[in-house]
Amino acid sequence: MVKKTIHEINGRIRDGSVNVVTAEEMVDIVGELGAEGAAKEVDVVTTGTFGAMCSSGVWLNFGHSEPPIRINKLWLNDVEAYSGVAAVDAYIGATQASRSKGLEYGGAHVIEDLIRGRSIDVHGTSSGTDCYPRKVIDTTINIYDLNQAIMLNPRNAYQKYNAATNSTNHTLNTYMGTLLPNHGNVTYSGAGVLSPMHNDPNYETIGTGTRIFLGGAQGYIVGEGTQHSPAAGFGTLMLKGDLKEMSSEYIRAASFEGYGTSLYVGMGIPIPVLNEDIAKATAVTDDDIVTNLLDYGIPSSKRPAIRSVTYGELRSGSIDINGKEVTTSSLSSFKKSRQIANELKDWIKGGEFFVSMPVERLPRVTACNSMKLSSVNPLVGDIMTSDVSIIRAEASFNDAAKTIMDRQFSHLPVVDKDNSLVGIVTAWDISKAVAKAEYDLVKDIMTKDVVTTSPDEAIDIAAFKLDSNSVSALPVIDAKKQVVGIITSDDISKLLARRQ
Amino acid sequence: MKIKISIESAIVTKPILAEAIIETGALLNISQAHYDTTHGEVVADIPSEQFRHIRDSLVEKGAEVVVLDTPISRDEEECVECGACVSVCPVGVFSLADDWSLEVDPDKCIQCGTCLTMCPHNALVLGQ
Repeated sequence: MVKKTIHEINGRIRDGSVNVVTAEEMVDIVGELGAEGAAKEVDVVTTGTFGAMCSSGVWLNFGHSEPPIRINKLWLNDVEAYSGVAAVDAYIGATQASRSKGLEYGGAHVIEDLIRGRSIDVHGTSSGTDCYPRKVIDTTINIYDLNQAIMLNPRNAYQKYNAATNSTNHTLNTYMGTLLPNHGNVTYSGAGVLSPMHNDPNYETIGTGTRIFLGGAQGYIVGEGTQHSPAAGFGTLMLKGDLKEMSSEYIRAASFEGYGTSLYVGMGIPIPVLNEDIAKATAVTDDDIVTNLLDYGIPSSKRPAIRSVTYGELRSGSIDINGKEVTTSSLSSFKKSRQIANELKDWIKGGEFFVSMPVERLPRVTACNSMKLSSVNPLVGDIMTSDVSIIRAEASFNDAAKTIMDRQFSHLPVVDKDNSLVGIVTAWDISKAVAKAEYDLVKDIMTKDVVTTSPDEAIDIAAFKLDSNSVSALPVIDAKKQVVGIITSDDISKLLARRQ
Repeated sequence: MKIKISIESAIVTKPILAEAIIETGALLNISQAHYDTTHGEVVADIPSEQFRHIRDSLVEKGAEVVVLDTPISRDEEECVECGACVSVCPVGVFSLADDWSLEVDPDKCIQCGTCLTMCPHNALVLGQ
């Protein structure tokens, strides 16, 4: 039975005799020597990951102005930072969008600009007090002007993450990137074999106080991250580090089309090999790590899993979905993850970085619950109009015009002979047909690509569909595509008016 | 050379490609074709000396013809080599090498622009 202490390993780092390998290299070493042999041979295993970590941000302290101000509201390059912590402190979060540039520029970009030493415009306001009389501050600063710039990321380094695909017939823009229709592609994130938390899944050496690589500098684990869900294999970490020492090589702003900004964070954890159980754990491979493939076409936090999938399959370039070979894309960079594991290895070998034991281990049983909703969310079925007029595709548009006049509906769902929805026709379509005098039948003038909803869909989703597709009504259909109602933007406005 | 022919839905039922080929005798070699409710799009190779004839013939019949001579280019400073672009490209311009570097084969590019919106780091540019 091999037993080593942190003290012994740090002694070897000091005298230069330490043996450090990356988690990728460790797989073969354990394969050759077995866990016991590997534990004798190897002192430290380094890990690394470089991917989008939205839950990141930086605490800044500007120093007091003359005359002094207690900032209540603050913008950095027009991106709002939280400053409700008196007087000249603020937290800039990665996903906060710029007021003027929208989704293109956000908190993540401010953070990258700070690291690069670029100038940042500061605009702050205050109500003014006897002790802090100033009401407005406008200045330009860079990272060297700040007293502190402390990165504090509440939820980083997800142990693993669900892969994403899209079953609908239209493209989705998500924080998992562009998801093409009809399972056109799969995206995933995570470093697999190099994943920091997966190389110590029992959190023997990872916990509060563990010294790590963060953004190209030494950082620390504060403790468990928010939504830490170890039982399900989705552990997270809260991390801190000094932004002033970080490099844009390892901290990069990103922007996802239709979603907004995020921060690519590079981090790595050294795992001291104290015994053969730890050695065995660090031999984890891509094939050992299983995650779920989720359908992002379902607009709910409870997306169904289409299948389970290993990182080995995801990283092979394509996976099978219902008999179809689908190309995969990684959103995190394996090349950079490897670079981080190697850099951390060099630091330790060079005697610049010492390993540490946590002062407190991470919780291993906390659960991640859904938000408690104190009011019931209405469903489409609760407010839709069930008494909806429909029209057959083969009907003439004169008939459609008559129905619209008689029933005072401006939208008519169009059905085929089996009463399945095939289109929608509006008063506008009919005006257009009359003006052009080219067609006679409903099927020639109807919109075939209909956006629909179902009775059990939340009103908020229906409202989002109306808005994002710029339409004013959605036919409500059941599983057999039979029209059971219609919901209009008026219905939703009325509901909101009643609520307030 | 590679060209892209766009055909609006109003004329999509007319055999304009066949007509243009017969009329000009141009050896149009179709490599991609995509049609939906809004329009049709065809990517094809054409010997460069025949390009002007077939372009004029197609444009006269209502199509739009673009030469695909400015393929995607990558800003190596911005790119972090994640590979997000790999799965959205319809023609396989992007791939990851054995050392997980991103490889780009611009010759395959049909300038559809899908990768531009996918790239989280704005590292891909068209038309430069």
